[in-house]
Amino acid sequence: MEKKEHKPTNPVTRRDFIKGFGGGAVGAAIAPKLLAQESESLQTKRGKIPVYSRKKISMTVNGVKQTLVVEPRETLLDVLRERLNLTGAKRICNQGECGGCTVIVDGKPVYSCLYLAILADGKEITTIEGLANADALHPVQQVFIEVDAYQCGFCTPGFILTSANFLQNNPNPQLDEIKKALSGNICRCGNYMHIYKAVAEAAKKMKGV
Amino acid sequence: MSRDNHPKNLKDSHLLYTELAKDTKPEIPPASEGAEHPDFQIIGQHTPRIDGHKIVTGQAPYTQDIKLRNMLHGKILRSVHPRAEIVSIDLSRAKKLAGVKAAIELGVKQVNYVGDQIAAVAAVDEQTAEKALKLIEVEYNPLPYAVTEERAKEEGSPQVHAKRKNIHKFNDQKRGDVEAGLKEAEVVMEHTYQTPVEIHHPAETHSSIAKWNGDRLTVWDSTQGVHSVRDGLAQALSIPISKVQVIKHYMGGGFGSKLFVSQHTVVAAMLAKHTQRPVKIILTRKENALCVGNRPSSLQTYRGGVKKDGTLTALSLLNYTSGGIEQGDRCAEPIWDVYKCPNVSVKEFTVYTNTGPQRPARAPGHVQGTFGFEGFLDELANQIGMDPLELRKKNYSLKNQGDTGIPYSSKGVDKCYELGAEKIAWQRRNKTPGDGSGIVRRGLGMASQIWWGGGVPGTLADVRIYPDGSVDVISGTQDIGCGTRTFMAMITAETLGLEPKDITVKIGNTDYPWAILSGGSLTVPSVAPAVRRAALNAAERLKDMASSMLKVPAEDIILTGKKLVAKSNPEKSIDFKKLARNLRRETVFHGERMGLPQGYAYNSFGAHFVEVEVDRVTGQIKVLKVVAVHESGQIMNKQTAESQLIGGITQGISTALFEHRILDEATGTLVNPNWRDYKIATAMDMPEIIPLFVDMVDPRINILGTKGLGEPPRIPIAAAIGNAVYNAIGVHPRKIPMTPGKVLQALKGKEASR
Repeated sequence: MEKKEHKPTNPVTRRDFIKGFGGGAVGAAIAPKLLAQESESLQTKRGKIPVYSRKKISMTVNGVKQTLVVEPRETLLDVLRERLNLTGAKRICNQGECGGCTVIVDGKPVYSCLYLAILADGKEITTIEGLANADALHPVQQVFIEVDAYQCGFCTPGFILTSANFLQNNPNPQLDEIKKALSGNICRCGNYMHIYKAVAEAAKKMKGV
Repeated sequence: MSRDNHPKNLKDSHLLYTELAKDTKPEIPPASEGAEHPDFQIIGQHTPRIDGHKIVTGQAPYTQDIKLRNMLHGKILRSVHPRAEIVSIDLSRAKKLAGVKAAIELGVKQVNYVGDQIAAVAAVDEQTAEKALKLIEVEYNPLPYAVTEERAKEEGSPQVHAKRKNIHKFNDQKRGDVEAGLKEAEVVMEHTYQTPVEIHHPAETHSSIAKWNGDRLTVWDSTQGVHSVRDGLAQALSIPISKVQVIKHYMGGGFGSKLFVSQHTVVAAMLAKHTQRPVKIILTRKENALCVGNRPSSLQTYRGGVKKDGTLTALSLLNYTSGGIEQGDRCAEPIWDVYKCPNVSVKEFTVYTNTGPQRPARAPGHVQGTFGFEGFLDELANQIGMDPLELRKKNYSLKNQGDTGIPYSSKGVDKCYELGAEKIAWQRRNKTPGDGSGIVRRGLGMASQIWWGGGVPGTLADVRIYPDGSVDVISGTQDIGCGTRTFMAMITAETLGLEPKDITVKIGNTDYPWAILSGGSLTVPSVAPAVRRAALNAAERLKDMASSMLKVPAEDIILTGKKLVAKSNPEKSIDFKKLARNLRRETVFHGERMGLPQGYAYNSFGAHFVEVEVDRVTGQIKVLKVVAVHESGQIMNKQTAESQLIGGITQGISTALFEHRILDEATGTLVNPNWRDYKIATAMDMPEIIPLFVDMVDPRINILGTKGLGEPPRIPIAAAIGNAVYNAIGVHPRKIPMTPGKVLQALKGKEASR
């Protein structure tokens, strides 16, 4: 196995982290060290990763700086929902299959159920609660209401954030591109047709057409 | 609590559901007047949801989002064996774990499926509760089991229920003489169609929070029926109904799996009692797949005879259906009631297996029965060289075909056929299935639909007017994603001459007047007439008051533009707000959904037309276009109704092409307990969908002439896709999901039979 240096540009995923721990024996050996707040390091296939028992992180959530101490096991989704009371991001599949927990981290949509909170240190995060301006909804939000692009509404925050981010990068999307962009989000009520219609309408609205 | 004390909701839910769906409670008299035919200004229009802002900003509170002070988190230990005796349970290690506040046995002596509950814990957070589950030691005595229908049907296979055979007849109905009918026929055919077990998988997994205040219990639940959960909890806990309150603000889908009280809700209440703290239980995605319901499988063999002119002379169905440890679905309604046929017989058997219990799944039995029966009809039509749509028209009936023979209150399927055929350009279909050349073939197919959805008499609503002119509409109904709040506001606003945004809607609480659960396509036809009645009562009182002030007869007054105006002299008017001041205190007007007149059958109808493309090399099916035309009486809100159709069709496409529960026969374990391995349609799978309504007002069903629409769009779509595939490649796959493998298998069978 080739050993690589851990690069900060190649963030450790939850999967790497769990893989790094491997079986129970390794976990047991490391456990006492975890009691310390100080970071240790652990060799994985993708290089060394730091190990923390708990870590103080600072992130900007919807424009507000939040500093809190998190355990390495905590996902960004759980921290947002349980610690910051931002319950707009939903826990639907909890393993990166449905997009219901989507939030924007440094301009990119991520599944927050697969994103460890410790990795959010220093990051800028937008959740559905922070998408609208004080006085006006984001055009995507507005159009979702106009077009009835939801039913039960549980997956809606994820769809809206994915769509808003997509339109920011692709202001003139074709229908196929919209469908593809939304394919990482599941709407069990099945209102996709209204959802991609809403995204197309929002694109027009954002261009001022 | 012993297992026997558990609410019998799971066992009875299917029957109850079907009974509710066609409810005609005799003790409530029917409204003396029929449906009104006024020129509505708001009802029936495209109206955005009044609570849309809350949903798009993430502010709508779902049960999973609710936190109470001192709240604990509950988790349930579930069986890993499909059938086993519980020899012993040791909770001591779990109880000692820091943060655990309670660990209880659930009184189970034997488990009957993987996921069956055994014990429960409550702890300060989910993580600790999960850890505690792992510390519970259970000694099982594994017993022989059968998890597949094939195994359960074998001679000498393990008995799932002690007092009942694995194959249990639950439906045996007939009219006329099938054998005589088959003799009259010029063509007789027999084919078998198969549908798998599907899982509801709502986005929000089942969740409940229970909190006691002395002897009063309050439960926040992700439910389709606050009142049904209340009644079930009272029964399970042996406490008076008056001591239980159930609240549901928003919920993330249910599709039939959240109609009645669930075991975990009862467990949350038990843990909350034990700890004297609020307890929240959120089921995991895997638990959702294992133990809170599924759509039963079916294996339907149809036999039928037809004359060359298309006259159906005889039809029979033999069905084996499995709902796990519970009864399967009655799939007989399509063969029994959609087309004219004098000789019909049906025999249906449940096949019990050691798998999780079924629960009603959006259009229970109808989705499966329609796929089989409407597929069979297309194969019959081909045998006599007839256009399948013509075959259906030939056997069209305006009378209920069941034992009653009474006329339908209204039926607009003929109009659905006409409009659907025109929009899909039906003449483009292959005159003979499989005509055409090349690797990728196109085909058109269609199927019809019947459902009940007449509404439940006794559903209540109040309109409350305050002295400042603000207005509430209140009912103990709930919004499961279909826009209940919005249509209630629309009806109230229409009746009082206001705008929907002027109305405050209060629902989702058992402290409000009783309303039926939201399932069986019952919400609109139950709640809408009650709201209309309450608002009409309010309008009548306001007109009387305005009459004496304006010195014109009450009959001359209309409510419009936030005013009460004399029709004969529009100069004479008074503001709604000003008039309300004269009510002096808050005034409540009651409304009730009255009975359905006897002598008519109340059903909702529709037809779907589909175009598909099938790759004969890869077996891939692509649905290109769906035209859905429905007759559900007066539509309340066109916009949410269209969403309803699109959603039903999407779920039906998912049924037709992707969804099935996979079990490992060797261990009884669920192989696809997540959303990666259990395939669900995404935006990429969507065709062009054209949702249409035949504008008809049912003249008798209720004062608004409206029928249910929840189930209807879910019913015919999978069948229509199957028929379109048949039209494209000349062979019907006869099995869903129609995966590439099954399509290739069907094509291979066709080659072999040449």
